[in-house]
Amino acid sequence: MIRRLPHVDRIGIEERAAWLGKRSIKTSAKLQGIRLAVSMVDLTTLEGQDTSGKVRQLAAKAVCPAPTIPEIPSVAAVCVYPAQVPVVHAALQGTGVHTAAVSTGFPAGQTSLAIKLQETEEAVAAGADEIDMVISREAFLSGDDARVMDEIVRVKEACGDAHLKVIIETAELGSYDHVRHASMISMEAGADFIKTSTGKAASGATPGVTLVMLEAIRDYVERTGRPVGMKAAGGVSNSKAALHRLVLVKETLGDDWLTPDRFRIGASSLLNDLLMQYVKTQDGRYGRSEDFSKE
Amino acid sequence: MNASMTATETPRTRITWDYAPAPESSDHVRLRDAYGLFIGGEFVDPRDGRRVASINPASEEPVAEVAFAGEADVAAAVEAARAAQPKWARLPGRERAKYLFRVARLIQERARELAVVESIDGGKPIRESRDVDIPLAAAHFFYYAGWADKLQYGVAGRKSKPYGVVGQIVPWNFPLLMAAWKLAPALACGNAAVLKPAETTPLTALLLAEIFQEAEVPAGVANIVPGDGIAGAALVRSEVDKVAFTGSTAVGKDIQAALAGRGVGLTLELGGKSANIVFEDAAIDQAVEGIVQGIFFNQGHVCCAGSRLLVQESVAEEVTAKLWERMRLLRVGDPLDKNTDVGAINSAEQLERIEALVAAGEQEGAVRRSIACELPERGWWFAPTIFTDVAPAHRIAVEEIFGPVVSVLTFRTQAEAIEKANNSPYGLAAGIWTDKGSKAFEVAGALKAGVIWQNTYNKFDPTAAFGGYKESGFGREGGAGGLRPYLRVS
Repeated sequence: MIRRLPHVDRIGIEERAAWLGKRSIKTSAKLQGIRLAVSMVDLTTLEGQDTSGKVRQLAAKAVCPAPTIPEIPSVAAVCVYPAQVPVVHAALQGTGVHTAAVSTGFPAGQTSLAIKLQETEEAVAAGADEIDMVISREAFLSGDDARVMDEIVRVKEACGDAHLKVIIETAELGSYDHVRHASMISMEAGADFIKTSTGKAASGATPGVTLVMLEAIRDYVERTGRPVGMKAAGGVSNSKAALHRLVLVKETLGDDWLTPDRFRIGASSLLNDLLMQYVKTQDGRYGRSEDFSKE
Repeated sequence: MNASMTATETPRTRITWDYAPAPESSDHVRLRDAYGLFIGGEFVDPRDGRRVASINPASEEPVAEVAFAGEADVAAAVEAARAAQPKWARLPGRERAKYLFRVARLIQERARELAVVESIDGGKPIRESRDVDIPLAAAHFFYYAGWADKLQYGVAGRKSKPYGVVGQIVPWNFPLLMAAWKLAPALACGNAAVLKPAETTPLTALLLAEIFQEAEVPAGVANIVPGDGIAGAALVRSEVDKVAFTGSTAVGKDIQAALAGRGVGLTLELGGKSANIVFEDAAIDQAVEGIVQGIFFNQGHVCCAGSRLLVQESVAEEVTAKLWERMRLLRVGDPLDKNTDVGAINSAEQLERIEALVAAGEQEGAVRRSIACELPERGWWFAPTIFTDVAPAHRIAVEEIFGPVVSVLTFRTQAEAIEKANNSPYGLAAGIWTDKGSKAFEVAGALKAGVIWQNTYNKFDPTAAFGGYKESGFGREGGAGGLRPYLRVS
């Protein structure tokens, strides 16, 4: 694979991303945008203290986020550690909401390839529809692109029919050039989605990072014709931030990407803010956070 | 859609999403039905002028009636300035500064109103008048207010005194901002001014006159007399000590001829056909964004617009393809909608000029593409347009179009890029897009242009000097250099 090292101008990309944050999303556009954002959420819990009770409750919330507002759709998926996959899979059976599992030694990825593959196979066997893997930042930062790529190829094989999201952990890559480069490697290696972050690093799907990755997808699709999705995870915690990301998608990849099949938002606290803003836009009054169940 | 996903997917209803109309409210705008001429601190009726309606270019509806100055009116304004100037110049600099700071703050206080009026009167998107024109106008007054008591540092310790009475003529593309560019340094230096706003866009300058009243700027220090060419010519012929003009090169030449031998100071900021140079090692996506900002900002009604795009041949196809895709996202329409990117063409006359040059481009064999967008029925509009296969000899590569039209030319080497960029009667601005710092500095040093942007375009700041070479004029506005045109230095 011979390709030009893609440059990204930091000031330019951040200016453009901020500029798109100024789109005025009001009234019907806001309501519709919030519904769309809800449908794209990967409702996530990735804690040592996760139990089957907790993830079952989260699954219920995912299927029906707001029983009092019937037009609010289900979220896209529930994202958990591999050990919780059987519980989530059973709870989501027949709902259309996917089970997603983080894998490959999440979040650091500092385990052997054999363990990464085994972990992935087990999660898929237990019912995961989607696998969120991490790239080896150790290999990427030491310049070993081939190993980064090879790992993705092997994990993709281990996924079988399950959908592969590749987390590049942007906060650890150090520059937009690297973010773009890692995005390209991931797509070349077969990623179905590229994903910003684990949510465990210092920052996540900032507007700039999101835009760089969307542009990388646009260029890859243009060249190969294979559509790749994007998941913005980490730091998208309120409605304004979520709608800003949707604007970035709309004005970079277009309406074809405004679907949960092509764009996801990984979050834990975002969902209730979306619901509160929805109600506020409808009746003009701010509600309480207690109006909606926490999970 | 990916097959692997649809396998387990229960069909969902597709949620479609578009931006709803987001019109900026104009309820808070308090425009009078009619405006007089602002002479000697008062709005007065014209003596030999007439009354003309200012038209909203997005609807062709009249906005307000405005008095246009005749020769006697201009003479009266110059007289008022002459009477007020000595006392204004004798004020300690810090006292003049207080008035200018007050004007700056009042512009900020009335920013929303000024932005809406600017968009209604001139057709530019509210996003630009709100985020660029009005904040920059306030910034210019703040900046030059700061200079008023430090003038000796602005002229490197030499002695200086104000010119006296300055006649200032500004264009219609940035009505309030250009008024601020002219008035702020002139007044800070101790001059009195007679400003003639453009024929089609006098309203924000008249609101600025109200602000001068509110700030209690001494009567006659700043006089604002709207009008057409008659008033402009009268101002040039009048007893002023200095003329500052921003506008077309043709009119600039006439002014220079009229002033020859009269010992009247002159600065000119004229047209341009600025080269925006994209090298193969540029950050392409950001360069494309810069091209868009460079030519479609303010419908291309920008003297320094990057209207001559020079792209290295090795990336020309990629850049033009990406540029076209980006152009198709531009939202053309109601200037008051907060999501509008490209507004209305300022006047029927300007639209005609654009159409004529675009027709010439097609005739000469360049390939034209205009984005498919729904244009409102009333008002004056022009869809964003790109010309490829442009040769340097084509009229669209040489003449200023002053509209949302970009001409794409290619080059092979750095030397050729410099040669092509400089091969123009103009020399106002240029853009350089490369990730390589050494190359950027080398090229910048070789370009004959007053303003050079590296990896950005159309960035303005009161601290940075702006002005041109060759037929783009002379004199600088902004920065310490912007004081010079308003001071006699000995």
